[in-house]
Amino acid sequence: MTENELIWRLAGGSGDGIDSTSQNFAKVLMRSGLHVFTHRHYPSRIRGGHTYAEIRSKATPVRSRGDGYNFLLALGDSFARSPDEEAYYGNEEVKPLVENLDDLRDGGIIVYDEGLIDIDDVDSVLETSLEALAAEHDWHVYPLDLRDIATEHGREVMRNTAGVGATAALISLDLDPIEALMSDSMGGDALEANLTILQAAYDQVRDEHEIDHDVVLPEGTHEEVPVLLSGSHGVAYGALDAGCRFISGYPMTPWTEVFTILSQHLPEYGGVSEQVEDEIAAAGMAIGASHAGVKAMSGSSGGGFALMSELLGTAEMTETPVVFVEAMRGGPSTGMPTKPEQGDLDHVLYSSQGDSNRIVFAPGTIEECYEQTRRAFELAYEYQLPAIVVIDQKLSGEYRTVPDSVFTESAPDPDPGTVLTEEEIEDAAHHASGSYLRFQYDADDGVVPRTLPGQKGGRFLTTGNEHNPAGHISEDPENRRRQVDRRRAKQEAIRETLDETGTHQTRYGTEDARYGILVWGSQQSTVFEAVDRLNETDYSVSALGVSEMMPFPESDVADFLESVEEAVVVEMNSGGQFRGLVQRELGAYGDRLYSLLKYDGNPFEPAEVVDGVRAVITDDPSVAPPTTRLEPTKATNSR
Amino acid sequence: MSAFNAIGADQEVDTDAFTPGVEPRATWCPGCGDFAVLKTLKQAMVERGKNPDEVLLVTGIGCSGKLSSYFESYGFHSIHGRSLPVARAATLANPDLEVVAAGGDGDGYGIGGNHFTHTARENHDMTYIVFNNEIFGLTKGQTSPTSPKGHKSKTQPSGSAKNPIRPLEWGLNAGATYIARTAAVNPRQATEILVEAMDHDGFAHVDFLTQCPTWNKDAKQYVPYIDVQDSEDFEFDVHDRDDAAQMMREADTRLHEGEILTGRFFVEEGRPSYSEEKRQTGQMPDDPIVEQYFDENAEWKPSSDLLDRHR
Repeated sequence: MTENELIWRLAGGSGDGIDSTSQNFAKVLMRSGLHVFTHRHYPSRIRGGHTYAEIRSKATPVRSRGDGYNFLLALGDSFARSPDEEAYYGNEEVKPLVENLDDLRDGGIIVYDEGLIDIDDVDSVLETSLEALAAEHDWHVYPLDLRDIATEHGREVMRNTAGVGATAALISLDLDPIEALMSDSMGGDALEANLTILQAAYDQVRDEHEIDHDVVLPEGTHEEVPVLLSGSHGVAYGALDAGCRFISGYPMTPWTEVFTILSQHLPEYGGVSEQVEDEIAAAGMAIGASHAGVKAMSGSSGGGFALMSELLGTAEMTETPVVFVEAMRGGPSTGMPTKPEQGDLDHVLYSSQGDSNRIVFAPGTIEECYEQTRRAFELAYEYQLPAIVVIDQKLSGEYRTVPDSVFTESAPDPDPGTVLTEEEIEDAAHHASGSYLRFQYDADDGVVPRTLPGQKGGRFLTTGNEHNPAGHISEDPENRRRQVDRRRAKQEAIRETLDETGTHQTRYGTEDARYGILVWGSQQSTVFEAVDRLNETDYSVSALGVSEMMPFPESDVADFLESVEEAVVVEMNSGGQFRGLVQRELGAYGDRLYSLLKYDGNPFEPAEVVDGVRAVITDDPSVAPPTTRLEPTKATNSR
Repeated sequence: MSAFNAIGADQEVDTDAFTPGVEPRATWCPGCGDFAVLKTLKQAMVERGKNPDEVLLVTGIGCSGKLSSYFESYGFHSIHGRSLPVARAATLANPDLEVVAAGGDGDGYGIGGNHFTHTARENHDMTYIVFNNEIFGLTKGQTSPTSPKGHKSKTQPSGSAKNPIRPLEWGLNAGATYIARTAAVNPRQATEILVEAMDHDGFAHVDFLTQCPTWNKDAKQYVPYIDVQDSEDFEFDVHDRDDAAQMMREADTRLHEGEILTGRFFVEEGRPSYSEEKRQTGQMPDDPIVEQYFDENAEWKPSSDLLDRHR
């Protein structure tokens, strides 16, 4: 490893406070001057079931989870126990320890709660005893009765705090920032108990154990003021600053996070949040609010988004601006509720009947979530069509340090887009009946300004049926052709706007690289880390992270592919949906595109990308093939 | 000064103001009950002193959905069963608008049934007119949720085995605060009811019986009807939920026995509308949300105000 890093994994049962504890600890590390990145692994269960949170921290910006990790804090799964039976879920009690050993790096640390995890049970599950494994891998094992420390000074549930105290002692982390954070979030007896437990565990480690490992806390300082938040926050805050004042939704993992954040804050920002009966209603309400003049958003995950598709088409046909979020998870159908996948790209691009006329962005980082959600609103309201922001369970849920300047550099945007004022309405073209000609043929960029219900002289009819310039239903062939052409013209105009104002493709790696990697969405950062590693060896690699799915950035992608001999398309689905989009849009390059695919519910780790890319782009037989989870396939369909 | 000057504007309007210059009456057959809804709605608007620019009419799909084509106002002809979500969001965005939603029995009680239940439950301040002709008209005569049991159609050749929906009781149970039934054959009562429904501060559900001369020839033309308010046979307190429930049960049962009871069945005064409830609990601003986009002095709080929790 070229750089000192701490990758701390906290494992336990769902409901044991893994999430809150890890978030607090991540914040402590951030306040200690480090960059952090979190990764969550959890089952679709409320209580019980093995779960872990991982925090990678180092002095320089962290883009991705690492390969493996070097510190395990295994709390034990308290919900695996039944009051009546010792091991309610079979061996789940010991899973937080045994399930995590595969990825623990040589020389790593294990702290486990011997109050909940019986070493005999552990050894009976493992093929080789923990002691033997530790010797083989140079692991440093510190058994501690965290449960006992917690119950002695407070309550059993506080063993998380004991674990954090033990961690601090083992990596020489000062307790002050931990205590400060605790004081922020609680008070009274609970605070007292937690502070005592923290100190007790810290002291016990220092008193009873000889510390002989090499894992230490990295040292670092921040050049910019950092904040720790997730992709869901990026989307939600981007929406707020875009002037979004209406959100409607129905809960569905992982979309729920964006929905929850906005529901909690919209009222204080002068807006309204609505949890409604289903996703159809949610989409319809966002359209209704927007039609009445408010910037509105809705969203869901794959299955819920499927319900929204008829209203997505209605927004296109009625030219109602609206922003939808699609937070992908493994599909089809209910799929894997808590696992990431990038399998909905075709769905968001082409769902709903008729020619698709929408904007689709797929941000790759938290910063991009913020910026591209803002841009989605801007373009949707300027060009009067739906915009979709596609994220996934990985990006929506991972917390990372981000410079706070990302959120402070530009002011909120109150511009409602192409809407006429009442003065402008007076001078606008009207139908003989007095209604406003909302759908005139020859509009610049295809956009005819809107009027809003309640504006004097602006009344018009809109309909999901094809309609004439006055908004009345029409099946006249000439009208049909002209209306389709006008709506279609928006795509070209949006493409030009994006090209002029700065597109969202991010190129990373060696100039004049021989090999390329194409990536979209949440896998971008992981790929960029892999690019660094490949370039440190003998490979010359450059990556292009593509965030614009529709309208497609043809020239950016074509230029990139022209510049390399071969390129690997990395994505989390089994059919190579993005590779398909690239070939469909460019009509070429099929003979130099390969797919590197993963769809087992876990995102790529950088080393998997490194292995996969090396295997795919080299003819060197000495290069090991990628792990079986990866499926490199060469595209054959070139034009 | 309001950004929406048409709202509350003191204007002389007559029913012609609600008649579009083009009348694309391709859909409705001669003798269709839908003409009566159109006519009475125009009349009701005039009686309420509304002008077309302050009205948003949201419709679903079907013959009833074409209402927005033949009625001059801000119109949103949405899709099958989805008029209510669009309409109720508009009431939240701009509570000053006169929001009316309309659809048919298939549209409103079938595909849009879930939205009907929840819109009534939330008590949005709007009026919902359901054209009830007990048939799917525009798709050429299939059995609808209000068709009587045994009704034969091309899709139910042996007769429907389903009991019909009972719209009035449904509206009551869901939480509508104004529920009435009227009929195309009685435009005077219909106009009165529509005026009351729009005046009502909350969700007003009007089950509007409309005959379909083409696809439902066997169905009653809803004559003779009995006005429950005028008849001495029916003594009940329209403000009493239990009384109302009993009357509704009777009306929905008798409908298919050929006795048409119309009038007001339930009126709940004093319950705040959904917008008002949201304002009272701090979930919605006092002024229409939409107005801030037109207010140069509006304060736009940045999201960075929230960053402290992330430091």
